[in-house]
Amino acid sequence: MTENINSTNSDGYYEQKKKEEMKHQLITFALMIIFTFIAFGMVLAELDKLFVIPIIIVLAIVQVIFQLYYFMHMSHKGHELPSIMIYGGLSVAFLTILTFLVLIWW
Amino acid sequence: MSNDTLNPKVMPEEPEKATLEGKNKFLGFWFFLGGETVLFASLFGTFLALRNSTNGGPSSQELFGLDLVFIMTMLLLTSSLTSVVAIYQMKKNNFAKMQAWLAITVILGFGFLSLEIYEFYEYITLEDFTFRSSAFGSAFYTLVGFHGGHVLFGLLWILTLMIRNAKRGLNLYNAPKFYVASLYWHFIDVVWVFIFTVVYLMGVI
Repeated sequence: MTENINSTNSDGYYEQKKKEEMKHQLITFALMIIFTFIAFGMVLAELDKLFVIPIIIVLAIVQVIFQLYYFMHMSHKGHELPSIMIYGGLSVAFLTILTFLVLIWW
Repeated sequence: MSNDTLNPKVMPEEPEKATLEGKNKFLGFWFFLGGETVLFASLFGTFLALRNSTNGGPSSQELFGLDLVFIMTMLLLTSSLTSVVAIYQMKKNNFAKMQAWLAITVILGFGFLSLEIYEFYEYITLEDFTFRSSAFGSAFYTLVGFHGGHVLFGLLWILTLMIRNAKRGLNLYNAPKFYVASLYWHFIDVVWVFIFTVVYLMGVI
């Protein structure tokens, strides 16, 4: 095997990195499918409401985190500002939903 | 054309961020996604608050079936993966394969959209459940319809990019455009994950 010493993107290092990333993305996809099956399965099994709802919401959040970090590449370098924006958005989103619920249900 | 700066023989490691314009697009798009998150949150908040206000009309338990939603979810999840593969091919500077994977993404997306239209059509004609039926109806159609509108926009966006660049091939000018469109597509999938959980699964329980 020949070693390439200069770091253009044609060398083996980046090829390897791309392959690795694709592997992570396929694992992400498999996990997302499994989570979806669990969520639908739990609802179809007609378990207790107070038990099922928190679990399917947690499954959705985990699934979305996987999607953000592996499909949308937030695990890569140079995503500091995108992280601030998306987490900023998510915090305001949380407050918005909380406000609406409190307003209507109080 | 073969050797100008926007069209290098070997693609850099991150073609979407190789130019200043690409970097700006990348940042600007994430800013936009932060805003979109809040926009959808307000629709989710409205829906959650009003989902039991059926005004004597059909309730979510009577309306929703999970078969169609499950198929729609699988279509959209798979299309998210195929657009990831398209970007993988973009980084390998393989334009033809990227176009092919984007085409599969678009087909899956149209499959999703047709099922959604079919679902709405059934609700309106068979169940007499419309935008004006109840607060639940308005909140449901606004939230899910808004997401459907995003799907349609994303599909037209990707199709436009594919057609506009079909003869140009991949270069550093359009690589950021493809990249950003794929981010948008993933974001649509992210929103759908919450829709099928909060609207459909929690609506059936």
